[in-house]
Amino acid sequence: MTVLISFLVTILASTLRSATPLLLASLGGVFSERSGVVNIALEGIMLTGAWAGVYFSYVTGSALAGVLGAIILGMTISAIHAVASIHYHANQVVSGVAINLLAAGFTEFMMTRVWSNVGQSPAVHKVGDFLGINMFVYVAVALAFISHFALWRTRWGLRLRAVGEHPLAADTMGISVYKMRYQGVLLSGFFAGLAGASLSIGLVSLFTNGMTAGRGFIALAAMIFGKWSPLGAMTACLLFGAADAIGVAFQILGLHIPNQFLQMAPYVVTLLALAGVIGRSTPPVADGVPYDKSH
Amino acid sequence: MSPANRIGKWLKAASEALTVPVLATALGLLVGTLFILLAGKNPLEAYAAFAQAVAGEPRMFGETLVSSIPLVFTGLAVMLAFRCGLFNIGVEGQYLLAQVFAAWAGFALVLPGWLHPVVAMLAGMVAGALWASIVGLLKAYRGVHEVISSIMLNYTGLYLSHYLLLYYLRDPGGAFGAATPAIRPTAALTQGLIAGSRLHTGLWVALLAAFLVWVFLWKTPAGYEVRAVGLAPGAAEYGGISVAKNIVLAMALSGALTGLAGAVQTLGLNGKFYEPGGFVGYGFDGIAVALVGRNHPVGVVLAALLFGALERGGPIMQAVAGVPRAVIWVVQGTVIFFVAVEGLWRFLQRRRAAQEVKAA
Repeated sequence: MTVLISFLVTILASTLRSATPLLLASLGGVFSERSGVVNIALEGIMLTGAWAGVYFSYVTGSALAGVLGAIILGMTISAIHAVASIHYHANQVVSGVAINLLAAGFTEFMMTRVWSNVGQSPAVHKVGDFLGINMFVYVAVALAFISHFALWRTRWGLRLRAVGEHPLAADTMGISVYKMRYQGVLLSGFFAGLAGASLSIGLVSLFTNGMTAGRGFIALAAMIFGKWSPLGAMTACLLFGAADAIGVAFQILGLHIPNQFLQMAPYVVTLLALAGVIGRSTPPVADGVPYDKSH
Repeated sequence: MSPANRIGKWLKAASEALTVPVLATALGLLVGTLFILLAGKNPLEAYAAFAQAVAGEPRMFGETLVSSIPLVFTGLAVMLAFRCGLFNIGVEGQYLLAQVFAAWAGFALVLPGWLHPVVAMLAGMVAGALWASIVGLLKAYRGVHEVISSIMLNYTGLYLSHYLLLYYLRDPGGAFGAATPAIRPTAALTQGLIAGSRLHTGLWVALLAAFLVWVFLWKTPAGYEVRAVGLAPGAAEYGGISVAKNIVLAMALSGALTGLAGAVQTLGLNGKFYEPGGFVGYGFDGIAVALVGRNHPVGVVLAALLFGALERGGPIMQAVAGVPRAVIWVVQGTVIFFVAVEGLWRFLQRRRAAQEVKAA
């Protein structure tokens, strides 16, 4: 019995660990897409945040400075995406692809500059635990509830969602579409940067090249699976995190279920959700459509 | 129209089409230069090393072409989907699955040399087309945005290719890492088109594919329908063209082109399917190639040459001039970004036009 309990606790802890970076990034996705801007740059912003977290923690010797650095750099990159998508009506997916590539290039370049090795940074100070659970976990869960409240219980949230559903109507009501969208995209940079830090100075305490390894895209999947809502995204991230944890547990137990199927699971269930097999997911109406003020 | 007029009009169209890609490439190189300076290296030396690596000798140019071949296919794949108003960001997953099936057809089947590569290429094309069709079907009949489903299918395809390799196709006698057995010599595409290089006959397949895509889109009724749906789906539907059918068709053809990329790479270069560490990046580069190539087959071939050169020259520049290869990604990213920001160019043009009006 005690063995079983300790096993379940291990799985639960491992679920929370893998879900946290996903949750933070998918919250970022929710804010951006609710305002009407598609952000597949989450992956790149997260990667840059992960690097910045380690770099600033290394330079200052303080993990908190690492977190701040990750947030600031994350917001800076999302600002590039915001200007391109909102002001210059760029194709948002292409801009996202470009930023992901730039982020991979920038972080690897900085790795060679700062630590003159390709691959791995030295170990740095990380954000600590509270009651045996990493602080990032509490922060992420709290932010999910705060985000939910902000989006559905405040005037600001109503406005943000309005410009994502029907920008022209919102504009007519005197809401600045551009301003709201900038806020949405910058918030996504805040969250994705933080998500990167939760990976590099929360889950571990160093940076390796390309360490996000597609987590930004899983976060995107979680956002969709959670129907573009913070609490829905949280449920999805916990589910995906559990799939991850169970996969590891199966390996430890020597059970012969191909790991690949568990790795695929988040994407497949998201596809099924999109197809309407398990509860239909539909995006905000104006998601990805640039708004032209002059019309 | 008189011939002179026609040439004049053609030149005007060509220069208009070239403006954004050339400006974006120039900005990309500018940013690249900045990063080379940041790395404490001499940009001139770096670029000299780059030029030498890319085209210093015939065999080196042959290797540059080797790097360009898959990008021609993936650029065409992305372009064809774009022409139907679809964004195929799922090339990465389609590519890996196509490689699995092309490699399987290459080692498992026993066929004569003239037929074997064709069958193996078809195997790759079918795999790519089927995987991409899921995206088309979901879009056409369930209204699922193709970007989202493509991303999901990329990762599903990545892990599925792992699974197929590890559980069914792995060569038990293989030394390091998991890989399929080597393809039979009958299936291989001949190498050595330029002496001393690995340039293979996949080059001709790539050029033929570019030509056929042009014929299909601009000279056949089916291609006309695809483009009509891309330009104005509502009007096309009203005119009796089935939007749903064309979406599925365009995605399947796009996937088939991607499949050709994977098959040709396996048959001409790799000789087997290796366990992928992740995505190879040809899909994302294909988006860049299609955009820089202005969604036209001729442009795609030229842009593939540019990106192939970047891919080829980067690692050598790192080895010779000590410039981190990451600089190349920064250059690529910058080019893609500025091609994406079309509105910026239109804005600058408008402002210039306004200034000219004011000046006059």
